[in-house]
Amino acid sequence: MIETSPNVVLVLTIAALAAVGVYLLLERSLTRVLLGIILLSNAINLLFMVAGGVPGGAPIIGVSEEGEMSDPLPQAMVLTAIVITLGMTAFLLAMAYRSWQLNQHDEVQDDLEDRRVARRAAADQAAYTDSDADVTTTLDEDAAEVRDETDDDAQPVESAEGGDVR
Amino acid sequence: MNGVSFDDLTWMVPIPVILPLFGAGLALALWKRTRLQGVISVIVLSLVLATSIALLVAVDSGPLVLDVGGWAAPVGIDLVADRLSTLMLTVSSAVTLGVLIYSLAQGVADGAEDTPVAIFHPTYLVLAAGVSNAFLSGDLFNIYVGFEILLAASYVLLTLGGTGERIRAGTIYVVVSLISSMLFLAAIALVYAATGTVNLAQLGERLPEIDPAVQLILQLLLLLAFGIKAAIFPLSAWLPDSYPTAPAPVTAVFAGLLTKVGVYAIIRTQTLLFPDGRADRLLMWAALATMLVGILGAVAQNDVKRLISFTLVSHIGYMIFGISLSSELGLASAIFYVAHHITVQTTLFLVVGLMERRGGSTSLDRLGGLAKIAPLLAVMFFVPAMNLAGIPPLSGFLGKVGLFQAGIESGDALAMVLVVGGAVTALLTLYAIVKAWNKAFWQDAPDDVPDVRLPRGMVGAAAALVAVGLGITVVAGPMFDYTQRAAATLRDRDQYILAVLPDRERGQGQSADAADEEVGSSPDDEAEEEDG
Repeated sequence: MIETSPNVVLVLTIAALAAVGVYLLLERSLTRVLLGIILLSNAINLLFMVAGGVPGGAPIIGVSEEGEMSDPLPQAMVLTAIVITLGMTAFLLAMAYRSWQLNQHDEVQDDLEDRRVARRAAADQAAYTDSDADVTTTLDEDAAEVRDETDDDAQPVESAEGGDVR
Repeated sequence: MNGVSFDDLTWMVPIPVILPLFGAGLALALWKRTRLQGVISVIVLSLVLATSIALLVAVDSGPLVLDVGGWAAPVGIDLVADRLSTLMLTVSSAVTLGVLIYSLAQGVADGAEDTPVAIFHPTYLVLAAGVSNAFLSGDLFNIYVGFEILLAASYVLLTLGGTGERIRAGTIYVVVSLISSMLFLAAIALVYAATGTVNLAQLGERLPEIDPAVQLILQLLLLLAFGIKAAIFPLSAWLPDSYPTAPAPVTAVFAGLLTKVGVYAIIRTQTLLFPDGRADRLLMWAALATMLVGILGAVAQNDVKRLISFTLVSHIGYMIFGISLSSELGLASAIFYVAHHITVQTTLFLVVGLMERRGGSTSLDRLGGLAKIAPLLAVMFFVPAMNLAGIPPLSGFLGKVGLFQAGIESGDALAMVLVVGGAVTALLTLYAIVKAWNKAFWQDAPDDVPDVRLPRGMVGAAAALVAVGLGITVVAGPMFDYTQRAAATLRDRDQYILAVLPDRERGQGQSADAADEEVGSSPDDEAEEEDG
C-alpha cells in the first residue's frame, strides 16, 4: 500500500514557518510584512512537498522503478508558486521603497475609516499612552497627522468642537 | 453520449487568454507609440468579445473542452467553456472594451499626464487575460494562476503613478490579496494531498468520497480565499478603502470584474466540488451581513466614489444569497445578477469619473447643479443608479425578484430573513443613491464650477455601457432562460464531468482529439491514434 503518513520534520518546519510568518504579517512595517509573506509562502511550498507523499527517485522512465518515483506534479506546482511569489516580492519591495521615498517610513497606514474613527475618538477623549503599542505616538498625534483624502480642504483635525484635547 | 456534443469551435476556447497576452507583449514592445498601443488594445479586446459571443452561442449545446498541449484531462491541463463561464466572459469582455475606449479618450484629453499610458495598455491586456483564464480554467491550480495574473496586473494599475495616496491604498490591497492567494494555495495543497488531483472534474468525482470532515475543511478554506477576493463581509474591509483612489477607468474595471471573478470561483467550486451545500447556512449569514453592513457604509459616505464602492460590497451579498439557496432558481438569479451588476457598477464608476471631471470633485458637499450644467450626464447617472437600486422594469429589479422568489420558494426561515434583508438593502441603496443625486445634481451649483468640456469619447463610452445595461433589461427574458440553463448545467454535475472525462476515471493522458471523436473507444485505441 502507499505510505501516506507525512514526514514529522517537514510538518514541524511548516508549522514554525507559518507561525513566524503570521506574526510578521501582523507588524506595521511593510518590510516585515514582506518577510512574513515570504516565510508563509515557503511554508505553503513545503506543504506541497508533504502533499506529494513519500519522496522517491527521479520521475523519469528508465531511471526509477514505477513504484518508487516521486510525485512530480506538486513539484511543478511549487515551482510555479515560487516564481509567482518572486514577482510579488519584487513588487512589494518596490512599494516599500516608494513608500519610504514619499513618507520616510514604510509603515502600513490605517485606512480612511479607521482614521476617521481615530479623529472622532481623539476629539472626545484625553490623550493617553499605550504601553503595549510599537508606535510611540498617541492617538491624538496620529489623528492630527492624518489627512482625509476625500476632504479637499485638508483640515487635519477638528479640534474646534472638541476643545483642547491635550 | 449523454447530450454532450463537441463542436468545431473548441479551437476558440483559448483565444480570450492567449490573444490579450500576445497583445500585451506587442503593446509593451511599442511602448513609445502610445496611439498604436491603443489601437492594438482595441483590436485585441474586440476580437476577444467576438470570440466570447461565438462561444456563448456554441456552448449552449454543451460544454467545450480543450486539452492544452494535447494531453487529456487528468494528466494535462484543460480549458472548459460552459454556459456560466462564457456568459461571464462575454459580459466581462464587453465591459473591458468599453472601459478601454473611455480610458483612451481620457488619455487623449489629459495628454496622458495623469496615467503613464506606456504601461497602462500592456497591463490592462494582462488583466483581461487573467480574468479570462480564471473563467475558462478547468483546473484548480490554473484558476490560481489566472488569479495571480489578474492580481499582478491589478497591483500595477491600482498604484499607477505611485502617488502617496495610491501607494497607501495599494499597500493594503496588495497585502490583503497576497494573503488570500496564500490561503488559496494552501487549500490547493491540501486538496491535492486529500485527493491526488487538482482537475476540477476529477475533484468533483473524488471529493465526495473522502472523509466529510476533511471535505468541510477544504470547502471552508476555499470559501475563505474566494471570500476575500469577492469582498464578502467580514472579509470586505479592503475594498472601499483601496478602490476609490485609483483612476476612474481602473476603478470601474476592478469594480466590474475582480470581485465577480471571486464570485464566479465560489459558484464553480460550491456547485461542482461541494454539492452537499453544507456551507449554505454560513453563506446565508454572510450574505445578510454583506448586504446590510455594505449598504449602511454607503449611507454614511459623503463622497460619491466611496459611496458606490460600498454599494458594490453590499450587492455582492445578493449574489451570495442566490448561491446559498442551492436551488436552480437561486443560482440562475445569482448568475443573472452577476451579469447585471458587472455592467451597472462599471457604468456608475465611469459616470462618476465624468462627474468628477465636470464638477471638479467627488465630494457631495462640493458638487452641485450638475443637472442644469450637464443634463446628459444626469441621465447617464440616473439610469444605472436606478437600475442598481432595483426600480422596475430595469434588470436590477428583475434580478432581485428572481432572488426573492427563490428565497420564498425554499421555505426556509433564514431565507425569509434574507429576502427581507435584501428588500431593506434595495431601499437603502435607493436612499444612498437619491442622496448622491440630490446633492450632486439638484443642489445649487457652487461658485467655482470648472469650465471644462467632457471629451466625447469618454461620454460616448459611458453612454454605450449605459445602453448595454438597458440592453440587458430588454433581453432579460432570453437571458434569464440562459442563466437558468446555466444553473441547470451546474446543478447536474455529470455534464461537466463527462465533458472533461468522457469515460470518468480515464487517467491515461491520451490525446483529446481521439477521445472526442471516438467516445467510448478504449484508452488503448486512443493511444494508437494519438499524435501531437
